[in-house]
Amino acid sequence: MLDVFMLSRIQFAANITFHILFPTITIALCWLLLFFKLRYNRTGDDAWLKAYRFWVKIFALSFALGVVSGITMSFQFGTNWPGYMETVGNIAGPLLGYEVLTAFFLEATFLGIMLYGSKRVSNRVHTLATALVAVGTSMSAFWILSLNSWMQTPAGFEMRDGVAYPVDWWAIIFNPSMPYRVGHMLLASGLTASFFVAGVSAYRRLKGDHSREVTLSLKTAVYLAALLIPLQIFMGDMHGLNTLEHQPAKIAAMEGVWHTEKGAPLQLFALPNEKTQTNDFSIAIPRGASWILTHSGDGEIRGLNEFAGEHPPVAPVFWAFRVMVGIGLLMLLMSWVNSWQLWRRGEPSKFWLTGLVAMTFSGWVATVAGWYVTEIGRQPFMVYGVVKTADLVTTTPAAHVLFTAIAYVLVYVGLIIAFLHTLFYLARKAVKNAVKDLDPEMTGGKA
Amino acid sequence: MSGGEAYWLPIVFIFLMGLSVLIYGVLDGFDLGVGILMPMGRPQSRDIMFASIGPFWDANETWLVLAVGLLLIAFPSAHSEILGTLYLPAFFLLFGLILRGVAFDFRAKAHADYQLRWDRCFKTGSLIASLSQGYMLGIYVTGFSGGALSYGFGVLSAICVTAAYAFIGACWLVRKTEGELQVWAAKRARLTAILMIIGLVSVSVVNPLMSPEVFDKWFTLPQALLLLLIPFMCAVLFVVLFIYLRHFPYANDFGSWVPFACAIGIFVLSFQALAYSYFPYVVPGQLTIWEAASAPESLMFILVGALFVLPTILTYTFVVYRVFGGKAQALSYGE
Ligand code: HDD
Ligand code: HEM
Ligand code: HEM
Repeated sequence: MLDVFMLSRIQFAANITFHILFPTITIALCWLLLFFKLRYNRTGDDAWLKAYRFWVKIFALSFALGVVSGITMSFQFGTNWPGYMETVGNIAGPLLGYEVLTAFFLEATFLGIMLYGSKRVSNRVHTLATALVAVGTSMSAFWILSLNSWMQTPAGFEMRDGVAYPVDWWAIIFNPSMPYRVGHMLLASGLTASFFVAGVSAYRRLKGDHSREVTLSLKTAVYLAALLIPLQIFMGDMHGLNTLEHQPAKIAAMEGVWHTEKGAPLQLFALPNEKTQTNDFSIAIPRGASWILTHSGDGEIRGLNEFAGEHPPVAPVFWAFRVMVGIGLLMLLMSWVNSWQLWRRGEPSKFWLTGLVAMTFSGWVATVAGWYVTEIGRQPFMVYGVVKTADLVTTTPAAHVLFTAIAYVLVYVGLIIAFLHTLFYLARKAVKNAVKDLDPEMTGGKA
Repeated sequence: MSGGEAYWLPIVFIFLMGLSVLIYGVLDGFDLGVGILMPMGRPQSRDIMFASIGPFWDANETWLVLAVGLLLIAFPSAHSEILGTLYLPAFFLLFGLILRGVAFDFRAKAHADYQLRWDRCFKTGSLIASLSQGYMLGIYVTGFSGGALSYGFGVLSAICVTAAYAFIGACWLVRKTEGELQVWAAKRARLTAILMIIGLVSVSVVNPLMSPEVFDKWFTLPQALLLLLIPFMCAVLFVVLFIYLRHFPYANDFGSWVPFACAIGIFVLSFQALAYSYFPYVVPGQLTIWEAASAPESLMFILVGALFVLPTILTYTFVVYRVFGGKAQALSYGE
């Protein structure tokens, strides 16, 4: 039965899932825009400016969706998890506060100049505003991930009468998993934005848009992705080792290790079965998991049996992890093949361009899957090893939460449809304009 | 509770929180107001009206995030109590903010056929957000006592706050627009000013009647004499406003900032009156700021940062308002 507890979880998960779609785009897209702008300042090549103008519209749209869903998020801590703030508010509060003070105001204020100010300020100030918005979005990611990491690997605090008190702010902010989480997330954002830009540019190319603007966007995005993906895989591996140290139960769920064993196999495919505590239909590489996690073929991995009653649900964590890693590997293939073709032939073949279009939103899927590993893997704790999720839920009547949960989901589904619709409408409009522009150019008309 | 950090830190934080609520009320007040007034019959006016708030609305809303954030940081138990009790109105507030926030961006990019639809969303969202803010304020000041009286006061307050936002929005438009639209805005400013006066008077009458504590605060001599200054100054500002609007429009855009300045003054005074009535409670009649405050070591940590960052924020906010000073022109991206 869906009680207030389950409903609150579903609602929170739905909201943050919707929210993260847009920050993952905006954080890195803003740096890309800055790059376009700087290239234009440097070369005076109109194509860079055109790329800027096309993507700044999509940036603005994503940003607006990120802001409105973010404001919702900041209310949800109070509305759905009142106990959260009463228990760990002394720590969560200041971190959220610094995010608002150092990041939100910066990005929201300079966004105005970035979007609408180019006629009113000098080019240099306009470039500076773009840079400040980019700094703001990344700073915001830093603070919120610092808080989230603290919930995963809490440090620098003490509990008195069931309430957390800060002891060492440095240890709280730079808690053990923070560097990995911030690094992995910023790279995730870079990859999401690159595949997004590459996908939409490939779409325009396939629709017959041969403008230089598209070539430049495509090149920038594909090369960037090719550069970032190996870093991401490396960072992910280190992140996993860190998690093994601090949250072994999560790793056991990710790898589907039911019983502590030496030389644990790497499950490529399996259906984890909570009842029998085994993996059905397993296809596995012998000793693989031990190799990856301990860098030795017969290293010991602690199994779920050691965390009876205190381990997360296995199947969702296990699967979400495979989705993320699977997409990571696909990204490697895609970005390298396309880079190679761009480099050798100046343009990927139709087949690989179509592949890029198919991967347009792959970053979204991998990012959300990654977060599900992280967050579901933390269960049953809200703050790992300190507070259980179930102890902190709201006392609001279930009917109210049911109503709002349904309403939010409906709003979000509607908004995603509107976003995608508008995105492809803008892309097609740009194609039409480019085709119109190019024809007179060939006959020596308008430059 | 005597002296020391545990005494003065909560006072500093309730002041900072009050300040951000006030700034939010004025800034997002005007852009919500412009949304409420949005005339569906006149597409050109709408473009200009959108342009007049385009560069600002996002940063304006951030003051709400800061206010809620400060409540969360400094008074976590009050935060839980307030947002837990106001669960449904808070949902409607967020729904309204979502609707108007996205409508703003979609209208400019979507196919022209959809524009009117997004503009309607913008207007509706602004209205829903204002009404729910007013309702939440009303329920909040009655200390969540429940019952018909409290809900009734919530409804009264919802109408007042909406009128107040429409009023400050109209005043903003008088400053930011010209020609026919400006004259239209001036008319709206007069109309909504009358509504706002009715609202202010009824709230000022009902509020002390509902709460003996508030009554005592306002009607004990000698401070009552001093306090009378607040309604008196409000009245003066309204008089100035009506005199100015009576002869509108003027040549050379003379004094087009006057209505907006009066509106800010009225907002500040009303807010002071409210703050005075309830200090030192964060949940009126239930929780004082000292009972609800979080650990001094947390407050100290954030205060140090806030003292550096807040002046910076205010400075660059000011700069951006300067950059986009003058009359609004239709918006265009990066061109
Ligand atoms: C990794 C990045 C990241 C993550 C995990 C979150 N956010 Fe976020 N958030 C951003 C990155 C971001 C951003 C990049 O700064 C946004 C996205 C939209 C935008 O473009 O700014 C933003 C906007 C944004 C806003 C609006 C800010 C404004 O007015 O400009 C709020 C209030 C929040 N977020 C709150 C939250 C809360 C309470 C979260 C957690 C539960 C959260 N965000 C997770
Ligand atoms: C942005 C990406 C994020 C995603 C996709 C995400 C996803 C989720 C999901 C799916 C749950 C539900 C888990 C369950 O109940 O089984 C959850 C819970 C939660 N998350 Fe996140 N999360 C994200 C970021 C964050 C951040 C940055 C914070 C805080 C700083 C946070 C705090 C919480 C809290 C308080 C809960 C509720 C309690 C719980 O169920 O553990 N989340 N999140
Ligand atoms: C292919 C190699 C990858 C590996 C080995 C890997 C590994 C991991 C690990 C171990 C976690 C952490 C779980 C935890 O302890 O909480 C994680 C989380 C996450 N992953 Fe990956 N990952 C990979 C690829 C990707 C890709 C391609 C993306 C997105 C584009 C991505 C996005 C995320 C996100 C957003 C999180 C949650 C936030 C965080 O904890 O940092 N990952 N990943």
